[in-house]
Amino acid sequence: MSALLEVKDLVVKYGAIEALHGISLTVNQGEIVSLIGSNGAGKTTTLRAISGIRRAASGSIVFNGADISRQAAHAIVRSGLVQSPEGRGVFPNMTVAENLDLGAFIRNDHAEIAKDLERALGLFPRLRERMGQMAGTLSGGEQQMLAMARAMLTKPRLLLLDEPSLGLAPQIVQTIFKIIREINASGTTILLVEQNARMALQVSHRAYVLETGKIVNQGDAKELASSDVVRKAYLGH
Amino acid sequence: MGIRIRVADFVQTLIAAIAVGSLYALVALGYTLVYGVLKFINFAHSDIFVLGTWTSLTAAVVITNKMGIEPEHAPWWVAMCVFLLAIAMCATFGYCIERFAYRPLRGAPRLNVLITAIGVSLLLQNVGQLPGKTVAESGGSPAATIPFGAIPRNMPALIEDRVLNETSVAEGTMAGGSKRGTVKLDQNLTIEAERQYRIEYVKPPAADAPAGAQSSIETLNVVVAEPGTIAAGEEISTQPRRNAKDVEGTKYRVLRSPLVPIRLIDVLIVTGSIGLMIGLQILVFKTKLGRAMRAVSHSVETASLMGINTNAVISFTFVLGSALAAAAAFLYPLKYPLVNQTAHGIWVLLGLKAFVAAVVGGIGNVRGAVLGGFLIALIEFFGSRYVSTELRDVYVFGLLILVLLLRPSGLLGSTAREKV
Repeated sequence: MSALLEVKDLVVKYGAIEALHGISLTVNQGEIVSLIGSNGAGKTTTLRAISGIRRAASGSIVFNGADISRQAAHAIVRSGLVQSPEGRGVFPNMTVAENLDLGAFIRNDHAEIAKDLERALGLFPRLRERMGQMAGTLSGGEQQMLAMARAMLTKPRLLLLDEPSLGLAPQIVQTIFKIIREINASGTTILLVEQNARMALQVSHRAYVLETGKIVNQGDAKELASSDVVRKAYLGH
Repeated sequence: MGIRIRVADFVQTLIAAIAVGSLYALVALGYTLVYGVLKFINFAHSDIFVLGTWTSLTAAVVITNKMGIEPEHAPWWVAMCVFLLAIAMCATFGYCIERFAYRPLRGAPRLNVLITAIGVSLLLQNVGQLPGKTVAESGGSPAATIPFGAIPRNMPALIEDRVLNETSVAEGTMAGGSKRGTVKLDQNLTIEAERQYRIEYVKPPAADAPAGAQSSIETLNVVVAEPGTIAAGEEISTQPRRNAKDVEGTKYRVLRSPLVPIRLIDVLIVTGSIGLMIGLQILVFKTKLGRAMRAVSHSVETASLMGINTNAVISFTFVLGSALAAAAAFLYPLKYPLVNQTAHGIWVLLGLKAFVAAVVGGIGNVRGAVLGGFLIALIEFFGSRYVSTELRDVYVFGLLILVLLLRPSGLLGSTAREKV
């Protein structure tokens, strides 16, 4: 397996405060890798740095063989690294259809876009009924589905998912994770950031545990799920 | 006053308000577009408008001067050239201001950007009225300079204003034998109350004119005190005064002024502005670029995650806003030809009114800016026509205070975004 994304010694600062103290992680082609940790551990910051929204103070981010740590966010998206932002990252004043169109913003292959739209709506049939509705009027679960469907339309090689289960009812969480598996099965590599460690470890191949800006544990998802430290800290038993 | 006159007066006020309102709206759109994407007030926007008026004036003077023609006789494409030059100039300045003054402050506190905007505004105002290099002369003195200098100038009448809905009430050949300053017609002429009459006649080329000289159409205003009928052959006093033998035997027609004159410039301003506003509406709500602008307006970060080059979209927004201001700046001096020096208070007030229009409509909202522009002009014109002219600015800012008290986010503005 070859590394699609390789983060090395990544340091991110907010003013004088260092949020990430040099983390390293690898995502291989075809994997689902999750980054788990409690609130404020630096999970979202890591994704923001990878996506180019937050500049790294030092360290390298290599995607598909090229260092992207100095690239503009929109250029990173064009190279195939797409983030579905946390919970309400949809455009509330635009319709569901317009939001999905924006997902395909960088593409011009209209026939392919139509196919991908069908595929995304197949995975999230709820959105099909809501195409003309303002995204801001959707429920939390539907907004999350919209954000994911929109990211799929960007045709990512690597999809970053930021807290897809945040604030959702347990049944919807089940659905979302089922779909994450399906997206992965169809060939998209996924880096998943989650507070819901149990669900994340269930769907992932490998995982990293982040604590106050440092990777404190990593390995096979099944092994981590059964390790004492992780069970006590994140699985609650 | 009769009821017809009152209605006519009302409609005339309405037309003036709509014409000026559409100019306010064009300028207000620039404030609102920039606020939409960057969430700050570009105080240099009104100076972009002023730059547009002076660019139009300078270009018009230079082009007609180089061609050696009177502005009124300039072909239509000269006006088009001047219009495009004003747009190019304003768009370039708009782009550069964003690129070099605002972009370096993208991550800085809002206040820094605001102070910078005021600084840019003062810079443009004061550099604009420095004594400049002469680019066109007339009668030995400078007719246009760059920078524009500290004296007001008159915009050449590239498009000559005229009333479009006059009625032709008589046509014929002028009768002879009048004394200077009067004419005699070959038919009876009925004069109605509250109307003005003018006589157009075809003036043949002068006897000593070079071969190929063309006859021109001249106008004489009829001076009459009382309504009634003027018999054929009776003397009619006119202004300006012409020698009797100059007009004798020429073809003429008598034109009666309408109750509500509709002027070419007003029609041009309203149709031009509304055309641009519809174009903008389509751009913002129906195109991919417009969708990108709205995405950036909601969140620069999320927009960049869609692969949108947010800096390019922001630059484009400045260029677009500046181009709309340039269009307004081209039209404005055609209606009000006196162009004051760039730091004159009248420009500051005009810019403020457009800004108020954007706020009243709901800043950041494209339709709101248009609504606000018309509303401000209506209250200003009707207030000064029917209440008091001295208070014309008071109505505008009074409306602002009222809207801010009752609907702080403006008439069409979205209420504060709820945080979930």
